[in-house]
Amino acid sequence: MSQLAAQDAPAVRSPVTEFGRRFLRQKVAVVATLMLVAIAATACLAPWIAPFDPAAADYDTILAAPSARHWAGTDAFGRDVFSRILFGARISLMVGFVSVGMGSLAGILFGLASGFYGGWVDGLFMRACDVLLAFPGILLAIAIVAILGPGIDNVIIAVAVFSIPVFARLVRGSTLALKTAVYVDAARALGAPDHILMLRHILPGTLPGVIVYCSLRVGTSILTAASLSFIGLGAQPPSPEWGAMLADGRSYIGVASHVTLYPGLAIFLTVLAFNLVGDGLRDALDPKLKRP
Amino acid sequence: MLSYLVRRLAGILPVLLVVSLLVFLFIHLLPGDPARLVAGPDATPQDIAAVRTDLGLDRPLPEQYLRFLVHAVRGDFGQSLKNHLPVAEVIGLRFWPTVILTVTAMAWSTLFGLAIGILSAMRRGRWPDYAGMVLAVSGLSFPAFWLGLLMIDLFSVRLHWLPTGGFEGWKSLVMPSLSLGLGVAAVMARFSRSAVLDISREDYVRTARAKGLAERVVIGRHVLRNALIPIITMVGLQFGFLLGGSIVVETVFSWPGLGRLLVDSVAYRDYPVLQAEILLFSVEFILINLLVDLAYAAANPEIRYQ
Repeated sequence: MSQLAAQDAPAVRSPVTEFGRRFLRQKVAVVATLMLVAIAATACLAPWIAPFDPAAADYDTILAAPSARHWAGTDAFGRDVFSRILFGARISLMVGFVSVGMGSLAGILFGLASGFYGGWVDGLFMRACDVLLAFPGILLAIAIVAILGPGIDNVIIAVAVFSIPVFARLVRGSTLALKTAVYVDAARALGAPDHILMLRHILPGTLPGVIVYCSLRVGTSILTAASLSFIGLGAQPPSPEWGAMLADGRSYIGVASHVTLYPGLAIFLTVLAFNLVGDGLRDALDPKLKRP
Repeated sequence: MLSYLVRRLAGILPVLLVVSLLVFLFIHLLPGDPARLVAGPDATPQDIAAVRTDLGLDRPLPEQYLRFLVHAVRGDFGQSLKNHLPVAEVIGLRFWPTVILTVTAMAWSTLFGLAIGILSAMRRGRWPDYAGMVLAVSGLSFPAFWLGLLMIDLFSVRLHWLPTGGFEGWKSLVMPSLSLGLGVAAVMARFSRSAVLDISREDYVRTARAKGLAERVVIGRHVLRNALIPIITMVGLQFGFLLGGSIVVETVFSWPGLGRLLVDSVAYRDYPVLQAEILLFSVEFILINLLVDLAYAAANPEIRYQ
């Protein structure tokens, strides 16, 4: 190892290679990445690999314990819990990625404009963030769902909205630091218009922080969406969403504990994988970035 | 300090006003006519018209908002649609159970989180550090409601040690506070570890070691005392997290607090209660953040003069 390092030392490495080396050195994060790939693959392939139809009721085998035929047992309608978990992965990953995608995109735009223009634009956006942050996360989501009505689509919107201020503040901070950088001044002197300055010269510099937060936020968003479904405001009953499955299984605790055990385990492992990857990315991209 | 306090209060007022405006508009953003919502599904057109006049819904919006604001300051949010009690009374009944739950959860999670974080930092890179941080990242990823269900399964259904829910004595407090506090304990552990490590890198810590002070004096007097400032801030910020978490945990354990009331009022479409609760939660949250900032400014003079 030391020999390798000595050989590599004089070579100039691009930031991307350097990041790759630092990320691969963290075994936990690499394992978590593989876990995520596996979860994503099962989600994509669910219709082909699931042993049963997730919606097919079988009233001869209700609440059956895990067995060779039903790996995670069956629920109160005789549906195969394992197949439902596989299909549930599609919902959870979709909610996580879409909500964080929308929230981070809006947050990045607000943050860039805020930091770049300063003045009243900054004042307006940052006060808007203060207001959004004045509602404890899930409360804002509940209020939005109360207005739009329960359902997974509205949960995605709700979770996206409460991700916006986090990203806006983060990007604003890095933009403030970067807009006075020499290379940005140089680009400005060459006559680059504002949108080029922001998108081509400042934006890439803010991305390391954004990527780390995205990974951590996807985990949080999946957890929040599952919580909302659990309290009855998210995905509605026939859906194999993990939080909704837990809500269904609540009544059978002690009778058929597997109905609550496995969907919960699926949420836990998925969120854990996102958190571990996020930690790994943070350490590889910027050791100084801290999780709030 | 006084000028800092005044500036902070002045900064909060607009946020409070906008929050109250949003909460006021909330009932107008809901699909359907607010008067019809309040009058109920079986109301005749005459009833709805009466309710509209009664609640001032026929007045222009700015006037309605002012009226809402004046009533809100007096604690008057109208009547619950579910049981026709005054909203303030309904919320008052649920207030203390939530306070008891969140404070208990805060107390144990801060204690354990700090202990794990400080221990991890002191044994950095060795097994207590790894064990502590594995626990912390797991706690961070653990769905609180799942932990609640697992505990009910084990301690209530199988072992019969603790009640499955309700609000009777300390026994019914154990599982809800554990479920609620887990995430906070995890955040506290991670945060206090990094706070202690940050301070350990300071010059004055090196000086303290160099002049031959015992390790426990270095840690106790020089590191911990300084690391406590950011940690106290974090404790305050976590209260907001607990307020949100209580919504889910109270549902799991049928805890008669504000969180379950909120979920019930969404389900029953009890909008006056929902409106008052959202306002109460946000005001609490804003005030807690203010207190945190003030505590921080009291501890660190640099902040006051920025």
